[in-house]
Amino acid sequence: MGSIDQYLDLYKENRDAINAHSADVLNSFREVAFNAIGDNQLPKRGAESYEKTSIDEMFAHDYGVNINRMDIPVNVAASFKCDVPNMSTWMSFIVNDMFHASPTSRHKMPEGVIVDSLARVASVSPDLVAKYYGTVAPLEDTGVALNTLLAQDGVMIYIPRGIKLEKPLQLVNIFSSPIDLMAVRRLLIVLEDDAEAQLLVCDHTQDNEHKYLSSQVVEIIMGERSRFDIYDMEESSASTSRYSRLFARQSAGSNLLINGTTLMCGTTRNGYDIDIVGDGCETLLAGMAIGTDRQHVDNCSNINHRASHCHSSQLFKYVLDDESTGAFEGSILVAPNATYTEAYQSNRNLLASTSAKMHTKPQLVIYNDEVKCSHGATTGQLDTAALFYMRSRGISEKEARLMMMQAFMVDVIDTVRMEGLRDRLRHLVEKRFYGQQMLCGECSVSCHEQKS
Amino acid sequence: MDNILLEVKNLHAGIEGKEILKGINLIIRPGEVHAIMGPNGSGKSTLSSVLAGHPSFTVTEGEVDFHGKNLLELSPEDRSHEGLFLSFQYPVEIPGVSMVNFMRAAINEKRKYFNEPALSASDFLKLMRQKRAIVELDNKLASRSVNEGFSGGEKKRNEIFQMAVLEPRLSILDETDSGLDIDALRIVAGGVNKLKTEDNATIVITHYQRLLDYIKPDFVHVLYKGRIVRTGGPELALELEEKGYDWIKQEIDN
Repeated sequence: MGSIDQYLDLYKENRDAINAHSADVLNSFREVAFNAIGDNQLPKRGAESYEKTSIDEMFAHDYGVNINRMDIPVNVAASFKCDVPNMSTWMSFIVNDMFHASPTSRHKMPEGVIVDSLARVASVSPDLVAKYYGTVAPLEDTGVALNTLLAQDGVMIYIPRGIKLEKPLQLVNIFSSPIDLMAVRRLLIVLEDDAEAQLLVCDHTQDNEHKYLSSQVVEIIMGERSRFDIYDMEESSASTSRYSRLFARQSAGSNLLINGTTLMCGTTRNGYDIDIVGDGCETLLAGMAIGTDRQHVDNCSNINHRASHCHSSQLFKYVLDDESTGAFEGSILVAPNATYTEAYQSNRNLLASTSAKMHTKPQLVIYNDEVKCSHGATTGQLDTAALFYMRSRGISEKEARLMMMQAFMVDVIDTVRMEGLRDRLRHLVEKRFYGQQMLCGECSVSCHEQKS
Repeated sequence: MDNILLEVKNLHAGIEGKEILKGINLIIRPGEVHAIMGPNGSGKSTLSSVLAGHPSFTVTEGEVDFHGKNLLELSPEDRSHEGLFLSFQYPVEIPGVSMVNFMRAAINEKRKYFNEPALSASDFLKLMRQKRAIVELDNKLASRSVNEGFSGGEKKRNEIFQMAVLEPRLSILDETDSGLDIDALRIVAGGVNKLKTEDNATIVITHYQRLLDYIKPDFVHVLYKGRIVRTGGPELALELEEKGYDWIKQEIDN
C-alpha cells in the first residue's frame, strides 16, 4: 500500500471524465502509464536518489483533483497586478492546472510560435504534440507515469526553426482553491534548430489556508544550435508541496540554461535530467534555495553526457535557517563516446542555525579518459571573522548575517542572462532574507522593467 | 578631573581559558598618540581585539571606561558607534558584499544609533568621494567586494578610508604597517595624520620604529607577557629599535 493507490483508484473511477476533458494525444498515454505503474510505488525516503525526501508522503494527503475542469474562481485582478506598463514579457497564467492566456500574450509574437494550452494544441495540431509528448520524460519513472496518467492539460511552447524571441515568455502558476488541491501540470517545450527563447516560470500560492501539491513534468526538446533559458522561481507557501521533474534533450550545438530558485516553499523536490545527445552543447544548471522554519528543499540532477565536446556546469547553493532541511544529489555521467567533455558541479551550503540540516551527495561516473570533470560540496557556517569585521564597523550582528547570506547567493543570481531579472532576483532574495512577507499573486518578478 | 578618553584598569583577558592580558593599565586623553610595542606573543593584538569586543576573548578582570561608558558592556557594533575603531592587521575579505553596501550599512547604522535619518544617496556618494581622496583609494575598489582581491596596500588603505568615514574618537591601528611598502606606508600614515584632531586619539600597535617616523607618538608603551612594563616618550621607540627587546625581557624576567 502506498499513497499512489488513491490516484490509481481515482483514475479507474473517472477514466472517462479525465479523457473527456483532455485531448486524444494525451489520452493515448494513460493506459500505457497505468500499466507502467503496475505495482510500483512512489519513491519513499531512503530510496536511491530520494534519500531525504519521501514522494510517497508528499502525495499521501487527500487532495482534490479538478478532473471535471471546473472553473475555480480566483482573484484574477490580483493575479494581473503585474500587468503594468513596464512589463515586457509575454505572460500566461496557469491557475491551479488551467491555462489562461493573457490578452496581451499573443500580440506580436512571431509567426508560427505557439504558447498555448497543451490540450488545445493537441486538438488542433495533434501531430505536432504527438511528435514530442512523452519523448523525453520516461514512463518507467513512477512519478512521471502518475503525472502522465492524470495530466489533462498543460502548456505547449513551440518555437519554429530560426525564430529568436525578442521578449521573454512568462508563465505564472497560481494556486488558489476553496479545497486542498493537487495540480497536475505539464509543460512541453520545443525549440527547433536555431530557435532561441527565454522562459520565466513563477510559482505562487495565493492563500495559506489550504494545502496544495503540484505534480509537474517539464519536457524540453532542443534542436541543433538552439538556445533556451528557463528560470523557475518558487515563491509558494509553507503548506505547498512541489514535485517537479524536468527533462531536457539537447541536440548538437544547443545551449541550455536552467536556473531554479526556491524562495519560499513547504516541501519541494526538483529533479533535473539533462540528456546531451549532440556534440558541442553547453549546459548550465544553477539553483538556489532559502530555507526557514521547517521548509524542505531537495534538488536532484542527472547530467548525461552522450556526445563529445560538450560543456556542463552546475552550481547549487542553499542557505538554511531555523529547522529547515536541504538535500542535493547531483550526478554527472560521461559515456564512453563523450570525449572532450568538460563537466563541473559545485554545491555550497550555509547553515545559519544549529538545527538546520543539509544532505549532499555529488557523484561522477566517467567512462572515458578525455574529460575534464570536477565536483565539490561544502557545508559550513557564516564566517565568524567576517561577521566580527562587519560588527566592528557598526553593522549589527543581525544585519551583518543577512548581508553575508545575501552575498552568498550572488554567483547563482549572476548566472541569470536576463538583466532585469537578475536585479529583480537580487531584490527578492534580499526581501526574503529580511523576512518581508511576499504577497502571492503579486508576481513580483515581472513588476519590473526587463530588458528584452 | 582632566579629560580622559579611555581608561583601562587592571584588564585581564584571555582566550579558551588561557590568560594573555595580565593587568593592563592605560590612560589615553584626546589629542594623544600612543604607540604600543613589544615582542611577538606579548598580547598586543589581544589588547586590540578585547577593546574592539571580539567575541572569542573573555575578560576575566578589570574595567575599561570609554568617555564615561563601560566599554566592556557594549557590543562590538555599539563600541563602533561610540567612536572606537580598529584597523585590522588582517582585513577580512567578504565575497559578495560590495564596498558600497558595506559602507552604507555602517554609516546608516551609526546614524540610526544616534536617531539621525539615513544619508541620502547623493550625500553618501559625496562623502565616499571626499574620504577616498584622503588615502588615494581608487574608485574602482568601491564597486568590488569588501577587500576581495585587494592588494596588501589596498587593504590597509581601505582600513584608513573606513576610519575616515566613521570619524572615530579612538582609533587602534593594529600593525597597520605590516605588508606595506614605503610608498603605501607614506600614504596610510599620511591619511592617519590628516584625520588627527585635538579631540581624537590613536593607539598605534607596531613592531617597528619605522611607522613611528610617520605617525609621531606622544607615548610609547612596551607590552610584555600581558603587562605594560615600560612607558616613555618617542625616544623609547628609538632605543628599542637600536637595542631590541632583550634588555627589557631580562629586566622583567629577573
